[in-house]
Order: sequence, then structure tokens, then C-alpha cells
Amino acid sequence: MAVSVKNLKIYYQTLRGQVQAVDNVSFDIKDHEILGMAGESGCGKSTFSNSLVLLKPPMKFMGGRVELDGESLPLADFRKMNEFRYKKISLIPQYAMNALNPTRKIGRMIAELLASRGVSFSKISRELDRRLKLVNLNRSVMKMYPFELSGGMRQRAVMVIATLLDPSLLLADEITSALDVSTQKAVAKMLVQFRDMDLVKSLVFVTHDISILYQIADRVLIMYAGKAVEIAPTKKITKEPLHPYTRLLISSLPDVGVKYSERRLAGIKGRPPGLLNPFPGCRFKERCPVRFEKCDKEPPLAEVSENHQVACWREVGNNG
Amino acid sequence: MVKLRNVTKVYRTGAFGGGKLKAVEDVSLSMEQGKVVSVIGESGSGKSTIGKMILRLISITEGEILVNDKDISKLKGKSLKEYYRTVQGVFQDPFSTYNPVFKADRVFDIIRAEYFSDMKAKKWREKVESSLQSVGMVPEQVLNKYPHQLSGGQLQRLLIARALLMDVDVLIADEIISMLDASTRVDVLNLLIDLKDRGLSILFITHDLSLGYYISDYVVILYRGSIAEMGYTDKVFYNPIHPYTRMLLTSVPRLDQKWEESEEELMETQEIAADSLEDRCKYYDRCHFAAESCGKPELKKVEEGHYTTCPRR
Repeated sequence: MAVSVKNLKIYYQTLRGQVQAVDNVSFDIKDHEILGMAGESGCGKSTFSNSLVLLKPPMKFMGGRVELDGESLPLADFRKMNEFRYKKISLIPQYAMNALNPTRKIGRMIAELLASRGVSFSKISRELDRRLKLVNLNRSVMKMYPFELSGGMRQRAVMVIATLLDPSLLLADEITSALDVSTQKAVAKMLVQFRDMDLVKSLVFVTHDISILYQIADRVLIMYAGKAVEIAPTKKITKEPLHPYTRLLISSLPDVGVKYSERRLAGIKGRPPGLLNPFPGCRFKERCPVRFEKCDKEPPLAEVSENHQVACWREVGNNG
Repeated sequence: MVKLRNVTKVYRTGAFGGGKLKAVEDVSLSMEQGKVVSVIGESGSGKSTIGKMILRLISITEGEILVNDKDISKLKGKSLKEYYRTVQGVFQDPFSTYNPVFKADRVFDIIRAEYFSDMKAKKWREKVESSLQSVGMVPEQVLNKYPHQLSGGQLQRLLIARALLMDVDVLIADEIISMLDASTRVDVLNLLIDLKDRGLSILFITHDLSLGYYISDYVVILYRGSIAEMGYTDKVFYNPIHPYTRMLLTSVPRLDQKWEESEEELMETQEIAADSLEDRCKYYDRCHFAAESCGKPELKKVEEGHYTTCPRR
């Protein structure tokens, strides 16, 4: 097991109380696996990936454990986490395009970054060339400023930088959301290639777009209002989703080949609950079409069939 | 309704406006009443520029735009203000459209001050409420609220309601659902369809092919400012001809089928000097069927209601 997350709680401290952005989330990521993490805005998916890399106020570690290759991460200790940042855990941020320092040439920026991690640039220079070639970037980009690159090129440059030290865990946060469909496909395929070539051990691909997860992910985790509500292999979750939220989410997606005159899609009524003192019980209950009395108690994330975990009393009830 | 005839837009670029960028080149298309026309293209294809030109937010360099048989390209002052009674736009980001300091329904008051200053308060209130109802909202739930108290979908529908206060014939919807969550975007889409059924013409600008397919009667595929292919939705989606359209359609991530290991190289365009493509097809440098014989293409008819610049395949 490359990564195991146990009862992780990350809250935001605000003046009015604590926002329970990631609340009691547990899951595993296997070696050599791409885990897709999907959900709407505000479901805690970005909070999760940011917390592993840069947990700083107002973000607050409230409990739980994250193990990476058998080692427990000192999440609460900002300093100690430095051992892991970039070397073991790396992040491709949501706005990768803006993640580059505008006043530095790409090459110099990489050199500074490596120096700050105590790695010598000259040692890694060869590998860097190879990686750049892998993503179809010319070595000349090293001498360019970020503004000289197109959006897709910047994205690829950031991908190379993020994976330069072969991290065990790579977090890709909404990296394809701002891209055109053709570039999106190229970037997604590159990530798969990185995994296949063992440049990264495991990958968490965070997105709101389930259809792209269907293309590249091995398993999918659906988040809703700070909770993990369903985890299953990709095929299973898209073909036979069990949680009512997952079902509604998937049925609300327009696909090429669906026209309003043939099949009118429906959205999900209501909006996600506020996470400042959320109501007890299942957090989806207010919007759920199959709600019943038991939903006032919080449903556990339980295994209903092999590799398929759901947090819904309807499904858990079926198995006793 | 709306007709674009050989419309071209040239932006000046560079520090002193010395450089020139052709954002839209020789585009002709027409919208009929009660139909949704989708303009689909990647970033930089000029799709938003077309919408902005119809809205007269920017000037038109060449060509003309006819709305209800009137050329609107030279409108100014009062007549331009009157023009906005027939055409309105809704844009991508509902969160930054509102001033967070004021209540969200202030957008309605601005319309009243500008266009309906002689209307009685009570009658105005009724008008606002009926407009809100027509976009599927309960007035009590959204009036008197601040923007942060409403969801993105609600804010976006408020803006559509604002546009409808003017009894418009044409709505320009520029990427209006790309910032919304999956669970709420469908509601906004369905609202557009209801409005269309009531006779509104909609120009739906998007980069998302599946949304374009879901909603539109007619699609226009733009590439680098020129039309690559256009026609009735079914014809373009089921019988795509232009290599660019075909590439787009195979790149869309789908839930029912995986990306095949396509032989197509999907890297984005390398920046090349615009001059070298001056008398070439704009897709020349990315195209797999590019041949020496590829000249500057013209839009040709392939079947009834289906046009493309590339007759190949």
C-alpha cells in the first residue's frame, strides 16, 4: 500500500468557527495506481491535496493519519514536512500556468528550486533533458521566461518540474480544467505515461470532470461536502454507481450524443450544505431523493462488494 | 434575425498598437428566431469576439452585422442604447459580475434607471417577479440577498432574468455554464431550451462539444478566427468532415467509450509566424492530411445544411 489515509480531518479556522472541509476521510492508494478524486466545488478535494503539501493557517490539522510507503507523515509539523515536500510528495497545482515565477527564466527557477531541496542541478540536468523531451518540450524553454510559453507548454513545464525527483505520490489538482479538449487529452495521457514509466509511484487526479477520470483513472473516489461517499474501480462507479449523489451526478452529465429533445437531463436540486457546523447525519440527505429516517445518523463508508465502498444507509442496509 | 456578413475583427497588439491580430476573419453566419446556434472553438478561436461584436462591445473592422435587417455596426448613442432592448448578453463568470457590497438584485435597479424610469414601482416589481419566474426561480428566495448568499447557478439565472426584462429577441450566452458545477449547470442549460421554445434566439458560445450538442440546432466550429465547419447539429456531429472537427470529437472525454489509441498527434499548435500561413488553410500545420495543394480554402456545401472548408474525406 503506497498511501493510506485514515480518518483525516482538515478544518479551516474562521472567526465564526471551524469549517469542516475534509472530515474523517479514509482511503488507500495502491502502488502504481491512478486514483481519481471527483466532486463539486467546495467538497474538499483541493483541501485534501493542499493539506498534504502545504498545511498552513487557516487550514488546520484536526486528526487522522496519512502513511506514505509505511512512514507516517508529520502533517501537524510544518518544518518536519519539509523532508517530504517535493521529494516524496509533489503537487501540480490547479493554476499550473500561474505557478511559475514570472521574473525567473524556467531554467533558473528549477535550479533554485533544486538548491532549496539540497539537490545539485548539474546532477539532474541530464534527466531533466530527458523529461523535457518526453513532454515534447524543447530544451530552449530553459532559457525562456514563463510568459514566452503558451498555456499548454507552461502546463507541461510544471509537470516536468513537479515530477523531477520521482515523487512517491503526485497530486494533480484540476490540471486539465482550464485546457482545450485536445490539450486536455494530451496532458492526461502524459500523466498516464509518467505512471507507466514509474516516474511517479501513485497519482491522485483531482477533478470535477468524471468523464476524464473514466479515461485515465484506475479507481474513483467521490467526495461530497467534505466526506468520501463512494470509492470503486472506475468502470464500476460509472456503470453501476450506488450512492444517490454519484448516480445523480453521473446522470446530469451531458455527453456527446445526448440531445435535449431525446433525453432531457436533470440537475440535482439544492446546493451543498455549509460546512461551518454542518447538520448531523448524512450530508447529502437534504438533496437526496431516497432519504429515510436512518439518514439522520451518519452513514459509515462500508464495503458493499469487492473494492466498492459506499457511505449510504440504503446500500449498507442491504448487506445487513 | 441576426446575420453576419463577411465579418472581420482585427485587434491592435503590442505597446503602441503596431502589431495586428486577426481574431475573426471573414465569418458569415445567420441565426433564426427560436433557434440555438452554438459557436464552438478552442481558446483563441475568436468565439467570444463574435459575441462581443454582436453586442457591440467592440467595433467591427470589416463586414456587417444585420439584426432584424438593420445594420448595427454604425450604431451610436441613443440608437445603440435602444439596440440593447433587442439584444443582451450573459457572460462566463457570475461571481465577478456582481458587486459584493450591494444586494444582487441591484442589477435590476440599474436596468430600471436606464430603460424603465417612468414605470411605477409596483408595476416594475411585478415585471421583475414574472421575469424571475420565467427563469424558474422563486422571487422571495433570491430578492434582497447578497451575491455570496446565492449559488453560482442562481446568480447566472438572475443575470438571464435581467436580460429578459428587456423583452429581447436575441441572447448572447458566452460560456455561461463553464464555471458552474455539474449538478447545477444542467438547470441553466434546460432554462435556455425553455426560453428558446418561447421564441428567443440564442447564440451559445462554448468550448465544450457535448454541451453544444445537447442544446443547439445549428453549430459553427471556429478555428483561428475562421469557420472550419458549420451545419445542423446532427449533420456535423454524425458526419464530421473537417479534420479539425474530427480531432475535436475524438478528444472529448466520454463516459461510454475510452480514448482509443489514436494515431493522431494531439499536441497543440506550435506558435508559427502568421505570414507563413497567409495563403494556406489555417489548420495546415496541425493537419494530418495537409498536402502541398492545400491553398486558402473556401466554405463549401457538402450536403443540405452542412458546410466545411475542407472537402477532404
